[in-house]
Amino acid sequence: MAEPQPVLEMTGIVKEFPGVRALSGVDFRLFPGEIHALMGENGAGKSTLIKVLTGVYSLDGGTITLDGESVRFGSPLQAQQAGISTVYQEVNLCPNLSVAENIFIGREPTRAGRIQWKRMRKEAAELVDRLGLDIDVAAPLSSYPLAVQQLVAIVRSVGTGDRDGAGFGTKVLVLDEPTSSLDRDEVLELFRLMRQLRDEGVAILFVSHFLDQIYEVCDRMTVLRNGTLVGEHLVRDLDQVGLIELMIGKALDQLEELHEHQMRSDVGETLVKAEGLGRTGGIAPFDLEINKGEVLGLAGLLGSGRTELARLLFGADQPDSGKVTIGGKQVSMSAPNDAIAAGVAFCSENRKSEGLVPDLTVRENIILALQAARGWTRPIPASQRDELVAAYIKALDIRPADPEARVGRLSGGNQQKVLLARWLITQPKLLILDEPTRGIDIGAKTEIQKLVVSLSEDGMSVLYIAAELEEVLRLSHTIGVLRDRRLVARLTNGPEITTSKILETIASGEHQ
Amino acid sequence: MTTISRWRALTHHHLFWPVAVLIALLLVNVPFTPDFFSINMTDGHLYGSLVSIVLFGSPLILVAVGMTLVIATGGIDLSVGAVVAITGALTCSYISDQADQNTLSAVFLAMGIGLVAAVVCGLWNGFLVARMGIQPIIATLIIMVAGRGVAQLITDGQIITVNSEPYKLIGGGYWLTLPFSVFVVAAVVAVTVALTRRTALGLLVESVGGNAEASRLVGIRSTRIKIMVYMFCALCAGIAGLMISSNTSAADGNNAGLWIELDAILAVVIGGTSLLGGRFSIGGTVVGALVIQTLTTTIYTIGVPTQTNLVFKAAVVIVVCLLQSPKFRAKVFGAKGPQGPRQGAAPVEPAPAADAAPKMEVSR
Ligand SMILES: Nc1ncnc2c1ncn2[C@@H]1O[C@H](COP(=O)(O)OP(=O)(O)OP(=O)(O)O)[C@@H](O)[C@H]1O
Ligand SMILES: [Mg+2]
Repeated sequence: MAEPQPVLEMTGIVKEFPGVRALSGVDFRLFPGEIHALMGENGAGKSTLIKVLTGVYSLDGGTITLDGESVRFGSPLQAQQAGISTVYQEVNLCPNLSVAENIFIGREPTRAGRIQWKRMRKEAAELVDRLGLDIDVAAPLSSYPLAVQQLVAIVRSVGTGDRDGAGFGTKVLVLDEPTSSLDRDEVLELFRLMRQLRDEGVAILFVSHFLDQIYEVCDRMTVLRNGTLVGEHLVRDLDQVGLIELMIGKALDQLEELHEHQMRSDVGETLVKAEGLGRTGGIAPFDLEINKGEVLGLAGLLGSGRTELARLLFGADQPDSGKVTIGGKQVSMSAPNDAIAAGVAFCSENRKSEGLVPDLTVRENIILALQAARGWTRPIPASQRDELVAAYIKALDIRPADPEARVGRLSGGNQQKVLLARWLITQPKLLILDEPTRGIDIGAKTEIQKLVVSLSEDGMSVLYIAAELEEVLRLSHTIGVLRDRRLVARLTNGPEITTSKILETIASGEHQ
Repeated sequence: MTTISRWRALTHHHLFWPVAVLIALLLVNVPFTPDFFSINMTDGHLYGSLVSIVLFGSPLILVAVGMTLVIATGGIDLSVGAVVAITGALTCSYISDQADQNTLSAVFLAMGIGLVAAVVCGLWNGFLVARMGIQPIIATLIIMVAGRGVAQLITDGQIITVNSEPYKLIGGGYWLTLPFSVFVVAAVVAVTVALTRRTALGLLVESVGGNAEASRLVGIRSTRIKIMVYMFCALCAGIAGLMISSNTSAADGNNAGLWIELDAILAVVIGGTSLLGGRFSIGGTVVGALVIQTLTTTIYTIGVPTQTNLVFKAAVVIVVCLLQSPKFRAKVFGAKGPQGPRQGAAPVEPAPAADAAPKMEVSR
């Protein structure tokens, strides 16, 4: 079959970082009017390939051809001007600017050199509307949860395509894990938009660790492993098992089925009890009990208040009302320290701004919570520290397995693992996990879910938040359902509980 | 390890550029002062340009070391110059009130009073920054401006001179052939390094400066840490104040430590600590302070006219900062770093095909 000319062709791409060869001779091509998945484990080099393409990193070897012309971008801006719009893995917008400003930053509509604010807001509102979103474009970006910020980043990138007259014709749209914190509905909305753009002839590069999404929306895929190309396939020619084998480089002994995991009904005594806990603008007052060894999953749509609930239980935000008792003792919850002292740990969904310290090493980031609890005068003895860190790097398979590596330079999935390690190491009584598998590859995701199960069997309580309902359903003993910033129901997991049952509960919003 | 990789490791060391600049600056002096590197022994004291640089640079090193920690938390302390003045004024006026200025106990008490005042200034700064949430640059501006007035009040607007042998020691005296201030500086640097690296303080400071919100959520008591750090910085400035007033045997509320905050900030930056906060390097700061002091000395030895010496200084500082920027180095020297050179967008000739890495089962 005669193939059309690729719009983008990368040949023999090499990228080296001190001590790491992130890409060694990777070939990649992208055709107009296709959605192309870039697949690989955490640290395989997907984001690096994208950043080399858009000029964030310089090339150490290889060529890039766009529309038949050899190019090399010195900065992401140049790439954008040449028609490559990108949503990077870590949302990098300006939290203190408004949504509209974020969408138009760098290409604000102007007349006679002055920014037309009204027009900008109006156009931003239209773009946001197109994605079926209900957000106030004049509000600061930071007032929205991470998922919305992610959507704004997407709007920003696709928005460039249809500003007629401004000369921003998007030829290539790059989306690096844009769906990692989105709910089903937003994902569908995004897919609709992606298909529409594809049909208009835009070439789309899509990265996601959700295999179902890949099979739903992509036409072709390229698989990387350890910085090398392992293959390019049409999606319809390769099934999921084959794909996973290509990614991890060995046959898969069938992904462990967690469904079988015995739901123990004999969870222990009450560990955490919240009564009338609430915060105006965050979440309506709620009562909640979590037992020892129980996994409580939270289900709800984007903006339903799952993260807000978790933050209140951790003292990350101050409640306006209510009280919390942990292990029978009332805890003041005026700051995270109080909750931490009582044995609560909180893994934020936003690893970049609320989780990691990018300049510090893997080791330092891992011991941070433990060290903070001990206070500055009692450093963890070096030998004990190194042993702990090594154990967790191994247990979570953090790559590179170098405790001295700067966290900011790890791949997204590996950063997420570092964040997990930080809290696991403190051996909390209640572990709050807000989207713990965000950006984590399929193999590691199962590992982490297994870990949650075994922690709960050892008596640790877990509050589990995930956008994927199946994930919540699989792990939880009990499921708290949220709707419109209100805890509306509490379901005991069992054979009769299915995702559709949960969705029904969310939709009906009936109380208890 | 090959020589090349050893050389690379060396140039990538965080102290490489500051030290290189320091050596270059020292060498610049040689044509003008041929005996620049010679050190003589007179009366059992070592003399020479190098000794003077260390001696006169001592207060700056102290202030810069304290400043390093403040900057690492993401803050800045503009009040150190004023704290230098206040400490000197209080100590000298107490000593000058004594009938016998050579009484050891009185001198110690005087220094104690001065240092306590300095620490109180630091507490105030820390309180404003950490508790009240005021921008560090504004919070410390208060004492920067008001502090000199306070110093003037203490000295009644006069320059107070003292005549005290024991007091003369810290800033102008010698011990074991070396200026005594060298020992003070060594002690303060050693204590700071121990305090930050032997305990977890350094890690927590870097964490607070590197990501404040993450640090809060991890349970770091950043308020306490910040207050401590501002107090420590002021204490360092206080010791520098003692040194300066002891060296001149006088307290000048107007001019003691004037603009030292700027030199200190420069020293910290030259030493490789980012003004954005996060990772810090005490060793780098010490080298940075020596660079600034050498620069000041060089300006005199090569005879830059006084009117233009600030311009000259600025020029050198710009060069140093540029040299430290990986981007700049990449542009100029074509060195490859993690952020590597960024070529222009212009189409380039096809690069040689990278030696083909094993391409497995590429099916098309
Ligand atoms: N700035 C950097 N400095 C040093 N090493 C880096 C840097 N950026 C990436 N790396 C390394 O390059 C490798 C590839 O990373 P990359 O971010 O491309 O992975 P990825 O495929 O996007 O993974 P993920 O699915 O986790 O996002 C990793 O080993 C990573 O540690
Ligand atoms: Mg990535």
